[in-house]
Amino acid sequence: METIVEPLLTGIAQAFEPINLMMLVIGCLIGLFVGAMPGLGSVNGVAILLPVTFLVPPTAAIIFLAAVYYGAMYGGAVSSITLGIPGASTAVATVFDGRPLAQKGKADLALVTAAIASFIGGTISVILFTLFAPPLAEFALKFGPTEEFALMVLAFATFIGLGGDDIPKTVFSILIGLVCATIGLDIISGKPRLIFFDIDGFLHGVNFLVLAIGIYGIGEMLWTLEQTKGDVQVHKVTSTFKSFIENLKQVRKYFVTTVWGSVLGYFVGILPAAGATPASLMSYGLAKTFSKDPDSFGKGNVVGVAAPESANNAASTGSMLPMITLGIPGSPTTAILLGGMIIWGLRPGPLLFSEHPEFVWGLIGSLYIANVFTLLFNLALIPVFVRVLTLKFTILAPMIFILCVVGGYVPEQTLHDVWLMFIFGVVGYLLRKLNYPVAPAVLAIVLGPLAERSLRQSLLGSQGDVMVFIERPLSALFIGIAICLALYPVAAGLRARRKAAAEAGQA
Amino acid sequence: MTVRTAELVMGVFMALVSIGLMYKSADGLAIGWIPGSGPGAGAWPFWLSAGMLLSCLAIIYRWFARATPESNSDQPYIGRQEFNIIATTIVALFFLLLGSHFIGMYFSMVLFLLFYLKVLGGHGWALSGFLTLATPTWLFFFFEAILQKPLPKGYLEELFYPLYDVIYGKGGLYYTLAVLIGLPLVGCIPMAINAFRRDSTA
Repeated sequence: METIVEPLLTGIAQAFEPINLMMLVIGCLIGLFVGAMPGLGSVNGVAILLPVTFLVPPTAAIIFLAAVYYGAMYGGAVSSITLGIPGASTAVATVFDGRPLAQKGKADLALVTAAIASFIGGTISVILFTLFAPPLAEFALKFGPTEEFALMVLAFATFIGLGGDDIPKTVFSILIGLVCATIGLDIISGKPRLIFFDIDGFLHGVNFLVLAIGIYGIGEMLWTLEQTKGDVQVHKVTSTFKSFIENLKQVRKYFVTTVWGSVLGYFVGILPAAGATPASLMSYGLAKTFSKDPDSFGKGNVVGVAAPESANNAASTGSMLPMITLGIPGSPTTAILLGGMIIWGLRPGPLLFSEHPEFVWGLIGSLYIANVFTLLFNLALIPVFVRVLTLKFTILAPMIFILCVVGGYVPEQTLHDVWLMFIFGVVGYLLRKLNYPVAPAVLAIVLGPLAERSLRQSLLGSQGDVMVFIERPLSALFIGIAICLALYPVAAGLRARRKAAAEAGQA
Repeated sequence: MTVRTAELVMGVFMALVSIGLMYKSADGLAIGWIPGSGPGAGAWPFWLSAGMLLSCLAIIYRWFARATPESNSDQPYIGRQEFNIIATTIVALFFLLLGSHFIGMYFSMVLFLLFYLKVLGGHGWALSGFLTLATPTWLFFFFEAILQKPLPKGYLEELFYPLYDVIYGKGGLYYTLAVLIGLPLVGCIPMAINAFRRDSTA
């Protein structure tokens, strides 16, 4: 236990250092804002803002981005409740009861509930994170390249098994991300690969940020422009101090649900394909199932706001666990954070705990602080966010496009990257309209170079014998689970078909 | 174009892209096993692209079998009204990037913002004018002075010389901070006045 308490206290103290604290506060505020804007979520904020962090040391940078991530999870509820449009997909379930509450004139109750539930979810998950991360990282130290590769296969298999999207399209998305990662000089032989039309710009490869900003910046804005046609309608929020206290007291109604939602959210968040959106939907479903009054859900029950909000915050912390300990991101947002760590010169993976303890514990410490700050900002600034939401989308959209273009240019300082980003954005938007999942591609481009390296190292070690992945027990276990996950939708489909056939036969 | 047609077009297009990637991966690179040095440099991208091709073929097969919601949908792929706003945005972005090569990113931004806010958004001159000028100014001080990552300026670099004197001259940091903090504050004033007015009339 002492091995956790002491570094944790150091980490918390580190989060209070002036530069870290400043980045944390700015990050929380920007995150709340980004989360509150319809269509923009944590992943968009982190992708667009990552280039800005090259200015500060890695610890301050990760604290800033983690705060944006955190803030966005809180902020997502604001537009779900006041606009009836989820601020991000992670806040979809919040609309179910948040919107009816707002229509009844109780938007303030819904907003306060969302903030408190997010706080409980955040706190429980950070404690779980602190307890689980060090032992998991120590266990992962045993991994060689074979286990690393098997683990990545497992991460991709979760998208096929649990992503819930069309399987060939998911596989396509993973593979195109991995192929994009191979563009440029081969790390082992030094030979140039996939240099299209002999354009020099491809020699330095495709930076993962180019794909991430393209898809989550440009593509997402095009998607939102299409959905909203540039216009949104806001629900009025009135709030007095007295009603605020009244709303706070309602916490006993949903406290137990929130705790369960947090634990559920945390563990669902760890899985790469699952993350905050399914976690919040599952939490909502469970809260409704176990409620004494399930019929009131969807008509403005505060528990229906609290359950998904606690789960999505917990899931966002959960998704950081595999990123920090294994070097495998648990969500698209953490994939971008992982890419950032590589740019900052850190090697993600289990060694991070022993090689850069100040970085890891600074991040963990900051999560505790960020949670408190975001709660306070959120409660204090609700009226301001609601005002900002009345901004027309035709003001916000061009600003975000500009940020994307500048953010795409800055890392490598070449317009080649900006053009690529533009193309990825438009193609990503067109693919998304046909239900191609885009998150696997972003995860794949970040993991691509690591996956190729560990595959080639393993094969080199075994003289080209692929059985090495099955001969080593841990990697065999990972591959085994991966195969089960990949086959799960096929089996489920067959069973459904058989059942339908049996029913048809009976009829 | 219906969603069903778009699904097929995309599937075929991506299959062609996959074939192109397979060809390019094998172009001058080994895709098999090289004794003593492991898989060739082209092996990983080649077999991944082959996998892409297989998944595209599966998508096309499912299209013929009408096995997915998209392959059964006769809804339009994009509505007329939506198409207008999306197409205009894409064309505007295209010119923003093209302009960056010639007149630089900052001036290109001015034209983009003016078009988007005034022409497309139909906002007033005060708002459009302020955002059009303030955004690039703020970004200039942030990227050139604070991050020291200059953005492309095309053939108009000379116009920036006086500004360089400001940021790199005596007291440059103070001017920079004044702009970075001052401009957003100025931008908030009309919003605050508006909010105040709305409250007092409500």
